[in-house]
Amino acid sequence: MNARGLMRALPTMLRVSFAESVAYRAEMFVWVLSTTMPLVNMVLWMAVAKSAPVGHFGQADFVGYFLATFAVRQLTSAWAAWLINWEVKQGTLAMRLLRPISPLWGYASDNVAGFPMRVVVALPVVLLSIALVGAHKAVPQHAWQWGLFLVAVLGGWAITFLANVAIGALSLFLDSSQKMMEVWMVLFFVCSGYMYPVEFLPDGLRTVIDWLPFRYQMGLPVELMTNAHDLPTALGLVARQWAWVLGMGALAVGLWKQGVKCFAAFGG
Amino acid sequence: MISVHGLRKHYKVHKRPPGLKAALRSLFHRTYTSVKAVDGISFDIRPGERVGFLGPNGAGKTTTLKVLSGLLHPSEGEVRVDGHVPRLREEAFLKKIMLVMGQKQQLLWDLPPAETFELNRAIYDVPTLQYKQTLDELVGLLEIGDLIGKPTRQLSLGERMKCELAAALIHRPRVLFLDEPTIGLDVSMQATMRTFIKDYNEKYGATLILTSHYMDDVAALCPRVIVIDKGLLSYDGSLEALVQRVRPEKRVVLRLSEVVDASRLESLGKLVTHEAGTAVLQVKQDAVNATISRALSGLPVTDLTVENAPLEEVMSELFAENKARRLQTAESVPA
Repeated sequence: MNARGLMRALPTMLRVSFAESVAYRAEMFVWVLSTTMPLVNMVLWMAVAKSAPVGHFGQADFVGYFLATFAVRQLTSAWAAWLINWEVKQGTLAMRLLRPISPLWGYASDNVAGFPMRVVVALPVVLLSIALVGAHKAVPQHAWQWGLFLVAVLGGWAITFLANVAIGALSLFLDSSQKMMEVWMVLFFVCSGYMYPVEFLPDGLRTVIDWLPFRYQMGLPVELMTNAHDLPTALGLVARQWAWVLGMGALAVGLWKQGVKCFAAFGG
Repeated sequence: MISVHGLRKHYKVHKRPPGLKAALRSLFHRTYTSVKAVDGISFDIRPGERVGFLGPNGAGKTTTLKVLSGLLHPSEGEVRVDGHVPRLREEAFLKKIMLVMGQKQQLLWDLPPAETFELNRAIYDVPTLQYKQTLDELVGLLEIGDLIGKPTRQLSLGERMKCELAAALIHRPRVLFLDEPTIGLDVSMQATMRTFIKDYNEKYGATLILTSHYMDDVAALCPRVIVIDKGLLSYDGSLEALVQRVRPEKRVVLRLSEVVDASRLESLGKLVTHEAGTAVLQVKQDAVNATISRALSGLPVTDLTVENAPLEEVMSELFAENKARRLQTAESVPA
């Protein structure tokens, strides 16, 4: 589909996806509960930092960091890999492939459509963070910080979504790639800054993690939200993040295009 | 409109026996076999034709439809639909076609069908006026006015299928592939669907390929049939000629006012069924007139009709013939 047609179709796609995402109210509530891991981590790390700071993180710093992690997780999560695996196994991907628009736009729309609801969940947590630890540890303080934070959130979501597509596309070759997604998620939890700030890792390991995509999915937006970097450092990290967006994009689209050729359209 | 030449689609399938031992062995060593779903078929279809695609389960019908709609890449052969190569899935091609599968749905499960219609309007870039006209027409013909506002999951199978068909036609496709569109529907719903499909074909000149295990669908909709069996084309021509070829005999159905001895009926032709008040005789075509005369003069007949053999019987006889031929061929090949 050409860009103009896509721009005309996207608002309706997003509206319909939003209607789908709010169809089950109970499911939404369960989903909110399932994203509270950063709050658990916050309590644990606050206990660790009770007697003395960990690195330069005192109790208030952990509160600011993990409430930011909660908010960023709401804004950058994606689940396309599970959906693609399901649709490949069931053969229902066929219905998407029959339409004159890439299914990837459909998956993106399904993921983005829940955004307003996720902002509704994240916003009170951010306000709580400001009340507890002060604005300087909870939200960006300058216009450039806000700008880079928003770019980093977009980049974090893009890497997460495109990694989902790349791994999901592997199911077109292997019948199922759900276990690979689980491995990816484990690496994400360990390497992204989701369980603890990446600066706690030893120097050698941290250098490796700086070259992997995980930190740019979660840690970088959280660090920018809590004002952890000066402008040159922030610019360098955001540039590295967007290099990952481009690389992951090329990988995802390449795997998808090749994978669709192998689609067996099971059933029916 | 559609041309298929030497189409083959072979799958590699992993085979293993049941049980834990076999499951463990399959971790280290897998046995694959090649399944010839479609094995070199050719046919052409003119614009506006309605063609029935027939064959037993696993014959390759659905695989062919999936290749024609661009979902599957052929292993070999040349396929064109209105000048497009389906496997390239060009936007212009996808806007011209639709595949309706009785066992798969495009309707959004948690939302009313109206939302899927609106989504399709946006994706197919249908002008608003045309969308309104088409939707009004579809809602009227399929009588789905009360349904399109209810969540899809709360609709019955038949109601869902009617909405599914409406969603498929929002962009007025010129080529319609229907894969068992009436599966699971009751008799009256099947008739509604058939009438609607025929009307759509006649009004818009759409080309239509239908697969169905309900022979009534085929008889009502398809003047031409293509039969495939084990991936091979075994017949391409008119339905009438197929019946003549496989079962040239006619059925004479007699309604009788009193009980008649079977031996009297057997003297007129082969007795197919004989129940209280009704007898069905099978006779050669050139003996139909004589049989009717003898029946009318010698039996207490209150009503009489002459019919072809039921299509189900014709098809099962054709498939049995094909199977016998394959076995014969296999036996004649030296080991």
